[in-house]
Amino acid sequence: MQIDEEVAKLLQLKAQLGGDDGKHQFVLKTAKGTRDYNPKQMAIREKVFNTIIGCFKRHGAETIDTPVFELKETLTGKYGEDSKLIYDLKDQGGELLSLRYDLTVPFARYLAMNKITNIKRYHIAKVYRRDNPAMTRGRYREFYQCDFDIAGQYDAMIPDAECLKIVHEILSELDLGDFRIKVNDRRILDGMFAVCGVPDDKFRTICSTVDKLDKLPWEEVKKEMVNEKGLSEEAADQIGEYVSMQGGMDLAERLLQDQKMSQSKQACAGLSDIKLLFSYLQLFQVTDKASAEKVRTTEVQVMVASAQKNLLEEKLKLITELWNAGIKAEVMYKKNPKLLSQLQHCEESGIPLVAILGEQELKDGVVKLRVVATREEVQLIHNTHTVSLLAHGRMT
Amino acid sequence: MAIREKVFNTIIGCFKRHGAETIDTPVFELKETLTGKYGEDSKLIYDLKDQGGELLSLRYDLTVPFARYLAMNKITNIKRYHIAKVYRRDNPAMTRGRYREFYQCDFDIAGQYDAMIPDAECLKIVHEILSELDLGDFRIKVNDRRILDGMFAVCGVPDDKFRTICSTVDKLDKLPWEEVKKEMVNEKGLSEEAADQIGEYVSMQGGMDLAERLLQDQKMSQSKQACAGLSDIKLLFSYLQLFQVTDKVVFDLSLARGLDYYTGIIYEAVLTQAGVAPVTTDAQNGAPSEESVSVGSVAGGGRYDGLVGMFDPKGRKVPCVGVSIGIERVFSIMEQKAEVIQKVRTTEVQVMVASAQKNLLEEKLKLITELWNAGIKAEVMYKKNPKLLSQLQHCEESGIPLVAILGEQELKDGVVKLRVVATREEVQLIHNTHTGRMT
Repeated sequence: MQIDEEVAKLLQLKAQLGGDDGKHQFVLKTAKGTRDYNPKQMAIREKVFNTIIGCFKRHGAETIDTPVFELKETLTGKYGEDSKLIYDLKDQGGELLSLRYDLTVPFARYLAMNKITNIKRYHIAKVYRRDNPAMTRGRYREFYQCDFDIAGQYDAMIPDAECLKIVHEILSELDLGDFRIKVNDRRILDGMFAVCGVPDDKFRTICSTVDKLDKLPWEEVKKEMVNEKGLSEEAADQIGEYVSMQGGMDLAERLLQDQKMSQSKQACAGLSDIKLLFSYLQLFQVTDKASAEKVRTTEVQVMVASAQKNLLEEKLKLITELWNAGIKAEVMYKKNPKLLSQLQHCEESGIPLVAILGEQELKDGVVKLRVVATREEVQLIHNTHTVSLLAHGRMT
Repeated sequence: MAIREKVFNTIIGCFKRHGAETIDTPVFELKETLTGKYGEDSKLIYDLKDQGGELLSLRYDLTVPFARYLAMNKITNIKRYHIAKVYRRDNPAMTRGRYREFYQCDFDIAGQYDAMIPDAECLKIVHEILSELDLGDFRIKVNDRRILDGMFAVCGVPDDKFRTICSTVDKLDKLPWEEVKKEMVNEKGLSEEAADQIGEYVSMQGGMDLAERLLQDQKMSQSKQACAGLSDIKLLFSYLQLFQVTDKVVFDLSLARGLDYYTGIIYEAVLTQAGVAPVTTDAQNGAPSEESVSVGSVAGGGRYDGLVGMFDPKGRKVPCVGVSIGIERVFSIMEQKAEVIQKVRTTEVQVMVASAQKNLLEEKLKLITELWNAGIKAEVMYKKNPKLLSQLQHCEESGIPLVAILGEQELKDGVVKLRVVATREEVQLIHNTHTGRMT
């Protein structure tokens, strides 16, 4: 007994001293589900972030940042069944904290806390989920999320269309190959379930099952609906007819005429919005396949060229004005280059504009500005006003 | 965030100029990785709850993860920077508004090299960054762990009290000598005589000359450790002269720095302009002291030759020296400056696409698509029929420099009016696929 007591005391003392005794520790691993990024990986990451952030900025988004942990109560009740995957911090006598699970709940907390009603923001940061690797095959527990959100009351579908435009731009620029963006609407889904005879209280669970169609064939999905979720075979078949439909604005039109679907006010509202969305998407030019752009290695915006001989001095004066105004411009290192060569250089380098000086234009005090790709031309009065306007458009 | 981006760009630019690459590590480490590395500060580490898996803690700095990374990947030489957030359960009442989550901006050189050259480069980098950030005048205090230990030894401090007395000396940047001495004698059990002797030394500051003097000092010269440190300080200053940064560097014997793992040179940069305190929500907890409000250090670091060896199974050492930029303090200073001097833009939009009349949304969306396709940063209001005034107001508030105004007459004529928001000057551009490219 006494020995046990003394041993217990010593163990307690040892525990108190903890690891502060400078012993060698041979811990050489990162926490499960996390990893370091070496310099090569960081360089690739930087490139991808720059592309994505460039797109967000082009659309006028600002960025925010939030803490890596939130009050536990902020995250409670927001993630349903996934809540068990949240990392909690130890209770060390202060507030109870948890690591953020996504960037959306913190965003909502930020908006409410600062009484913000309108914002277009992007947020790129790591989030934390205690996923079980056996279940999710090598998914990381710490990983980046890259969110873009538009908050605020606006006219219908314009911000929604811009989000899709942004996805289109990013996936095109990242050059990952061909892609498709699938679009649907919660109201159309619910309306569809209603007119197919799905009981109200089964909407969400049937929705989960329909969601598996990207991984499982229809037969298995139908089986789950009927056998596991208790749906009638008739209702399942009707759903089956609808979920096989894909299309564009034309499909939305057809469904608005569909005898069954049109009975649901919800579905009709969703379908009208889909039509409106597609009309904006057409204006945004994202209903077609995107074409690959030539990768440029320089950023020259204007080639300064001449149509006749002996104009080098004039070209150099003009290019100096452009450079002074911060415009990226080039001129050929040749006293009397042929116009064709200069234009060829533009095509090869991907220079979008060429300012062509000619004797007549010099007499008239104008400069011909040509769009290389289309050959369309405009005459600009050559003065400092024009140059500064051109430059201003360049400056952030 | 816009201010942060600017500051990061300046700092990263400097690191890259000195040839550094970057890495990233997870926000939490195994608890055992962090144990035993931070001395008395260990109580400030955030632990994660035991949820049935590994015991984890949030990283306290970027240096220990770096050492773990080097040992794990058997790296012997690297010059790396790492910018990320770290976590410390500081008591705001003690440290006047310090945050518990904050950015650190680390630059470290790992590897066996000739003495003091990488150490000098670290100081050169601090000097460059603080100069470029335009924060006003600054000083970089320099000392050496061996000089401190040597000093303690010759002043009669028992060996086992070195680290704890070191922690107390570290408080001299915030507390007056009387209070520091009181803690040494009353709380740490040091003799008053030893404390007084320490008090004489820690009031000394100078340059290479002070190192010279101390090498001749009867007491100090008795310590081999201290002499090694003093010789290295001399060598350091010779390199700093070549790097042209001696104007701001001071050899200061009161500099101690609380972390356990420093083995050689240590340094800390402070801004000399008092009164610019960081903005804090815990301001009411920070009791005002007799001293003027100091902004605290904006950079700190030193040499730590033994840390990587603690991780390596064979105890293989990789000598390291580095610096951490206190970027949060820099942010708050610049945020205050921004309020006074200039409006900081939060977006980079170049052109606002606006309409002078109703029913022009379709035309605006077509035009903005051309602009986006051409890579121009543009915005349009999410409203079918916004008033021109609202659109112009938005430009003013967001600092958007140009507005492209569509109107019915212009559409008929096939032109677009481009207005410079600040001056109201306008020009008409022929609107076809041109416009995007031209702007």
